Amino acid sequence: MAKVKIGIVVFPGSNCDHDAHYVAETIMEQDARLIWHKEASIGDVDVVILPGGFSYGDYLRCGAIARFSPVMKDVVRFANDGGLVIGICNGFQVLTEAGLLPGVLLRNKSLLFICKYLHLRVENATTKFTNTCAPGEVLEIPIAHGEGNYFTDPDTLKRLEDNQQVVFRYCDRSGRLTDEANPNGSLNSIAGIINETGNVLGMMPHPERASDPILKHTDGRKIFESIIQSFVYQQV
Amino acid sequence: MFHSKVFVTLKKSILDPQGKAVEQGIHSLGFESVGNVRIGKYIEMDIDTNLREEAEHITKQISEKLLANLVMESFSSTTEQVKE
Repeated sequence: MAKVKIGIVVFPGSNCDHDAHYVAETIMEQDARLIWHKEASIGDVDVVILPGGFSYGDYLRCGAIARFSPVMKDVVRFANDGGLVIGICNGFQVLTEAGLLPGVLLRNKSLLFICKYLHLRVENATTKFTNTCAPGEVLEIPIAHGEGNYFTDPDTLKRLEDNQQVVFRYCDRSGRLTDEANPNGSLNSIAGIINETGNVLGMMPHPERASDPILKHTDGRKIFESIIQSFVYQQV
Repeated sequence: MFHSKVFVTLKKSILDPQGKAVEQGIHSLGFESVGNVRIGKYIEMDIDTNLREEAEHITKQISEKLLANLVMESFSSTTEQVKE
């Protein structure tokens, strides 16, 4: 099959852009390219990744200024046309600020920046980002953030739950949801959500940091494999 | 010329752990009567217009679209005319 064209947006202060590019290009053997935030168009891509980092130094609020970067107009257009967009960590924050995903990421309840491996339960394995996972599968993928405490109003939260838009939850090794396993105070232990139309995913954990076998952890590959797989289905 | 001051704070319904930490500090300092400490942001700006209405409108637009995220924050502002 033809390679999937993956565009990774680079904001000033992004720092997981090259990791995402490396995984897409070298590990997954797809066609990846970096897109500078000042570009007016994302060009000919199948998937857009908004990477982790500290866009604009996290000034004002995480992601608040990045959403006004020139390229974001075209990212929003692409998303509204049904294009696949995945926001990782700071990328998730940018997606909420841009209004592509509901809610907001508050300061971690502990006020600490947390960088560690933890466990995620796949709540919805039918999305284009999780179709190679088993329902309820537990993945080990690291987080690294100071603002990952997912919050939204009760009505939106209910809608997210009712529509199976919660894709990942923080859990313990065996998949149980406990307060101890929730690192940042997120409502309902939410670690990742998808939009109603199923083409925009935001997640705080970093799949690109758990994809290279040399790092021992490769559960993050499943996210990339799922994205690629979704294009295989499309072509059949 | 007008000068606007914008104050952004977390909504009352949202836990402010930073405010809580500072509150503990205030109590340690000996001021036990102090409570409900909230941390916010303060932004000021000049607006080049002679029309108060326009200056206030611009301040509100900027506050709603950029300075505050209304999902979690609320804001208040003042706009005063200044001599050039």
